[in-house]
Amino acid sequence: MYDAGKVMIGLAVFACIFLFPFLYNHGEASPKPKPSLDTPAIKALPQKKCVEDTRFMITTHMQFLNHWRDQALRDGNRWYVNKEGRKIWISLQNTCLRCHSNKKEFCDKCHNYAGVEPYCWDCHYDPNGSKL
Amino acid sequence: MSMDRRKFLKAAGLTALVGLGGKGAFELLRPGKVDAEMGHKDHGEEVHGDKKSRSKVRLAMLIDVMALNKKNIEKIVHTCHYLHNVPNWGDPKDEIKWIWEDEYEHVFPDSYNEYNHILKGMPFLLMCNHCDNPPCVRVCPVQATFKRPDGIVAQDYHRCIGCRFCMAACPYGSRSFNWLDPRVHLRIEVAEGRKLNKSFPTRMRGVVEKCNFCVERLAEGRPPGCVEAAPDAMFFGNLADPNSKVRSILRERVSLRRKLELGTKPSVFYLI
Repeated sequence: MYDAGKVMIGLAVFACIFLFPFLYNHGEASPKPKPSLDTPAIKALPQKKCVEDTRFMITTHMQFLNHWRDQALRDGNRWYVNKEGRKIWISLQNTCLRCHSNKKEFCDKCHNYAGVEPYCWDCHYDPNGSKL
Repeated sequence: MSMDRRKFLKAAGLTALVGLGGKGAFELLRPGKVDAEMGHKDHGEEVHGDKKSRSKVRLAMLIDVMALNKKNIEKIVHTCHYLHNVPNWGDPKDEIKWIWEDEYEHVFPDSYNEYNHILKGMPFLLMCNHCDNPPCVRVCPVQATFKRPDGIVAQDYHRCIGCRFCMAACPYGSRSFNWLDPRVHLRIEVAEGRKLNKSFPTRMRGVVEKCNFCVERLAEGRPPGCVEAAPDAMFFGNLADPNSKVRSILRERVSLRRKLELGTKPSVFYLI
């Protein structure tokens, strides 16, 4: 092997640079996000229940919101009947965000952690916030 | 497997027969189905209204030109643009408009009569005509714009890809394109004291928007914003119901509709 010394040094430098971010952040996993439910509207609820049960909302809210969107906009049906038979007005901005009036501590917490940027917020916005 | 010439020709002939008979077989089993699905039989309908719901609902707007003046026009436009968070760019190149004013010769270029001095000075309010045969719906490649059974031509911003075919197709110039992020200007306007309608979203850059006949208010059982702003100049109702208020007004007053010769069957009527 020609120039073995130089190649080895080069490889070592490369490995250092490449591994630096992994070593630097080692053992410092970002804590699991805890979306906050601490809003006046949720506190005032007799029973802390979302549209459907919590497990379902955590895992399926993306598909669920798409379903809501299509039902309200394409089919013109703005009422959703949940599993318990309760009727709910379909609206991200006027129903979801009325209870979850803390978009920053609720929606954004997990979305930022997971590195997703849902395009919901390109048009819909938090009616409780002062900023658009 | 070996095959002699005779067998091969027989098989080929049989296959060709099946292939030729394909569409014919479809027609035999479900007559008209194939054509209907391709949308070929939708034209030339004489009656105003969706085939499926002809007897039920066909929403229409009546604008009393004689009752319009500078003051209520301003109120109507302001109410509509407030309700739907429409930015006021101030530059016609970037302009977004849901409802706006124009003069007789631009509103009726096809039937403009320069000796009609009554109409010449009149203010006309323009908006989406919610056509019965909407060309924008036909050209939209992603079905972002579609006609609801009640006649409203709705725009789904989630689907719109911003190709602007609908803008080219619309003979009324009712559609506006968001060249820039509407929020940028809304933020400036809010800082200058404009109020936002917090129950209605904004739009994003790169989508086409237009009047939606206040579909979000109709769902709540409220009249369109413009009708609420000027109840003596604008009337909204069901055209399919012969006993409705709009039909009784249309029976008594002379009305105009824009560019009827194009066959789009607009649902906005101008009362003279």
